[in-house]
Amino acid sequence: MPVAPDAEVKLSCRNVWKVYGNRPEQFFTGHDGNLGSDAQAKAHAQEIRDSGHIVAAANVSFDVHVGEIFVIMGLSGSGKSTVVRCLSRLVDATAGEVILDGQNLLAANKRELIEFRRHKMGMVFQNFGLMPHLNVIDNVAFPLELQGVPLKKRREQAQEVISLVGLEGREGSFPRQLSGGQQQRVGIARSLAVKPELWFLDEPFSALDPLIRRQMQDEFLRLQRELHKSIVFITHDFLEALRIADRMAIMRAGEVVQIGRPVDLILNPADDYVREFTNDVPWEMVLTAGDIADGTRGFAPGMGHISADTSVATLLPYLADHDAGVMVRGADGEDIGAVNARDVIKALASGVDNPALVTD
Amino acid sequence: MTSETLTSESAAGTASGPALLRAIQAQPAPFVLFALAVATIVLYLLGPHAEALVKFPDAWVLSPTAVMNDFMRWFVDLTGPVFQAIGWLLEWPVKGAQWLLAALPWSVTTIVFVTLAWIASGWRLAAFVLLSMLYMAVIGYWPESMNSLAIVLISVPMAIVVGFGFGVLGFYSERARRVIMPMLDLLQTIPAFAYLLPILILFGFGTTVGLVASVLYAFPPMVRNTILGLRAVPPEIVEAGEMSGATPRQLFWKVRLPAAQNQMLLGVNQTTMASLSMVIIAAIIGGTNDIGWEVLSTMRKALFGESLLAGFVIALLAMALDRITYGFAKRDRFAAAQAAGLNPWLAGLGAAAAFGLLSLVVPALSDWPAAWVYNPAPDMNAALEVFVVEWRTWIEAIKNAAFFFLMLPIKIGLAKAVSPFTWGFEMTTPVIAGYGALVALLAGWAALRGRLTLAAGIVLAGTILFIGLTAMPWLTLAAIIVYAAWTTGGRMLALGTAAGLAFLLVAGVWPQTVLSIYLCGVAVIICFVLGTLIGVWAAQSNTVSAIVRPIIDTLQTMPLFVILIPFVMVFKIGEFTALLAIIAYAIVPAIRYTEHGLRNLPSDVIEAATTVGCTPRQLLFRVKLPLALPAIMLGLNQTIIYGIGMLVIAALVGTNGLGQQIYIGLGDGDFGVGMTAGIGMAIIAIIADRITQSVSRRKQEEYGLTATVI
Ligand SMILES: Nc1ncnc2c1ncn2[C@@H]1O[C@H](COP(=O)(O)OP(=O)(O)OP(=O)(O)O)[C@@H](O)[C@H]1O
Ligand SMILES: [Mg+2]
Repeated sequence: MPVAPDAEVKLSCRNVWKVYGNRPEQFFTGHDGNLGSDAQAKAHAQEIRDSGHIVAAANVSFDVHVGEIFVIMGLSGSGKSTVVRCLSRLVDATAGEVILDGQNLLAANKRELIEFRRHKMGMVFQNFGLMPHLNVIDNVAFPLELQGVPLKKRREQAQEVISLVGLEGREGSFPRQLSGGQQQRVGIARSLAVKPELWFLDEPFSALDPLIRRQMQDEFLRLQRELHKSIVFITHDFLEALRIADRMAIMRAGEVVQIGRPVDLILNPADDYVREFTNDVPWEMVLTAGDIADGTRGFAPGMGHISADTSVATLLPYLADHDAGVMVRGADGEDIGAVNARDVIKALASGVDNPALVTD
Repeated sequence: MTSETLTSESAAGTASGPALLRAIQAQPAPFVLFALAVATIVLYLLGPHAEALVKFPDAWVLSPTAVMNDFMRWFVDLTGPVFQAIGWLLEWPVKGAQWLLAALPWSVTTIVFVTLAWIASGWRLAAFVLLSMLYMAVIGYWPESMNSLAIVLISVPMAIVVGFGFGVLGFYSERARRVIMPMLDLLQTIPAFAYLLPILILFGFGTTVGLVASVLYAFPPMVRNTILGLRAVPPEIVEAGEMSGATPRQLFWKVRLPAAQNQMLLGVNQTTMASLSMVIIAAIIGGTNDIGWEVLSTMRKALFGESLLAGFVIALLAMALDRITYGFAKRDRFAAAQAAGLNPWLAGLGAAAAFGLLSLVVPALSDWPAAWVYNPAPDMNAALEVFVVEWRTWIEAIKNAAFFFLMLPIKIGLAKAVSPFTWGFEMTTPVIAGYGALVALLAGWAALRGRLTLAAGIVLAGTILFIGLTAMPWLTLAAIIVYAAWTTGGRMLALGTAAGLAFLLVAGVWPQTVLSIYLCGVAVIICFVLGTLIGVWAAQSNTVSAIVRPIIDTLQTMPLFVILIPFVMVFKIGEFTALLAIIAYAIVPAIRYTEHGLRNLPSDVIEAATTVGCTPRQLLFRVKLPLALPAIMLGLNQTIIYGIGMLVIAALVGTNGLGQQIYIGLGDGDFGVGMTAGIGMAIIAIIADRITQSVSRRKQEEYGLTATVI
């Protein structure tokens, strides 16, 4: 379900800075965080750090398209949460612009902000943030309660989302009676209760154990296929990012290091920091037939057909038995190019750091 | 280095000047302590020749009492009508509640409270409350109990509202918190008795005094718990609320407040307990027909059976209120909400209504019939009489031993306490020399082991014990206290301490202060030693813990008055009785904190020590006790605070000191005298509190552990 690159932009984050310290505004007099070039921004960030301030987000810019899952990835403390908090205005950015549907969110007043949150945004938290005094259904209905929706109606609406996340039967339970996975389902249901267009998830599955995490990722993707939200998803787990991201940004020390599709990052890492993440990735799982198709070779007899988003891994058994390889077909039904066993080996080989020395 | 060489060195100070100076700079404590001991001895020997430095001269005293009284008179003249009006207004709710509780049939009141207990914590508590209420009725103290309860029922909501308001203010505004917190400290360290005085003067006699005093005394815990609870709400919950589109008002009422609810209910529990204890204490002003007055008046008439029975009512009231409010704080509302069956609120209401109707027909359910009253007080008095006569020799022996061999020496010094009559010998020159040699020997032994500070401390303690606290020259005694503040808390604390002591000296209450320090000090030392031992034992053995816990829990919930009763019964009034009462109350934190500290050490440290082959004994002395030191020191801190709290109450059974002074002020309506003593008490409490807190905090920082007030 990749999103067409020309899809409408839902949320745009432009030169956002967040500086903690004594007097952070002093660094942004005369300009609005936009310093022209990246190099200048980098220098400015360093200047701020040298003065003893903490630069939690530095010149962060990216767009999120309608229906897109945009993942922000980075090590602990790299500023991921800060960015998403600036987007939702849980903290106020020191400089920059956040544009939602053409309106600058950072200029919105308190009242408008509350309206934005009530109707356009949903957010899921790492530690769930459930109200301990409310049961499942009332937790989910909480945002509706705040809007003054009458009890019966809001329970009905909450019931819908509860079914959506597969928690039927637990409506009367209280958060502490639920497992971590179930609690996060409640968190997800709550964030969806107001039918937001923009969905923030800050490390939603990090507190869960690996098996449950995987299950939740699948459910999340299923939900997204149904709902088509515009999503900003935060994680520090590269594999998680790979599974769900349409596009992703990698952050380090408050700065965005690289933005692109997961494959782009793997095939062309911007620097060693990004390469560190991509090293352990099982390439055959990430690469698709479309990524390695050789467009110069046409259809030859003996070739099968395969769609472009087939992962290389699932192709291996076929290639092992068919020397002619396969022809890759794009989403529009046109042939893209051919792939044979050798192409696969070549692509995988480029990820090997220290090739064995072969003696004659 | 022995103390002898120390003496010779300081005598030959000029010769080895620079070397000595360097040694002093490196480790000043032993030298300072030693110098203080020497100075004390010198001043003591100079005696009459240095009169002004030994006994604070009367000419230097500037008693603030007259000024305070003038101020109060002026203030009352100015605002009298306002307070009269407020008092008049406040009297109505109390009167209403008293009327209601008196008018309600006893069976209905009982059912209401039993139902509350049931909902709060289950059938055990319900049974306990039922038996307690029946006891009140059978013993014949129903009306008095209800009168006290009425004041509590009115004062608690008021204290909660006031405390909640200040708590919310303190939560949102850092600046407000900086004003509120010291105010709370002050309200909680000034002895409860001292509150009564200005309130009495402003509002005049009546139930209002008890009400106002109990609100003032009871709202601080609510403030603390409100701030604590609101601050402890996880930030994610608040953020989730914000992201759900909460307005600031919704964020408070629908997110923060419910999430902080349990902590606040704990505040309600503490507030209720404080309120009850103040309502009881307020009975001292008299004229109220409540249970506190019953205890006091019978105690004064030496009707111990009656006062014990009435005291027991207070204890039961306290325990019931404590468990009920605590039960509500800890109640699992979720489980309760899901529980099937009959709604206990409705069931209770129904039963109450049924009994209400029934009591219209059956008078015995409305007013407890006189025939059902059984008061064993006269029999108890007779039995006590027999007991005291029978065991007189033993009782006297215990009392005398403690008095002559422990209390008197510390009070007036071995120099005066030792007499042929009690000790069997006199303080002749050889005996004094022998005593000096013993102290020197102990100090020398410590010095040889390299513990110079300990050695100097022994010399100083030996000196004080010889001279006696009350005969200590004011100059050196004050210097010792200020030095203790300096080494533990630094310059600010030393300055504050000096200022506080200066107030006590100039205000002319130094002798009373020293007497208070003496009585409280003896009690605290005994509590600390005994309490730590029991605490260690309880930490090692679950059986001991299971026995000790309920006892100290009960002692802690017991209103202070009541603790006095059994001791007065056996030992009559006097300092020894006061001492025992203080010990009984102040030993609680010493035990509790030691056990808590020892039981809650990081388990990895214990496991590591066990795997390297510590014997249980080594584990206790080398690992556990040192690590539990921060908690134990905090326990000492609480012991001192408790001790001072009880000291004031103990003045009722005959002590001399600030407590007595407050009591006198209260009796005579002398605001200046009572207030000066009250402030003096607060000064001592604050100094002792800060010093022990600093020690605990420093240890905590050293070990990277935290000890919290429990
Ligand atoms: N309120 C604050 N005051 C000062 N510094 C802060 C504050 N909040 C965050 N920071 C700093 O900003 C930086 C980025 O923090 P942030 O929480 O955004 O990291 P993160 O990438 O979300 O990390 P994690 O994966 O641990 O959640 C960190 O260095 C952090 O110490
Ligand atoms: Mg984070």
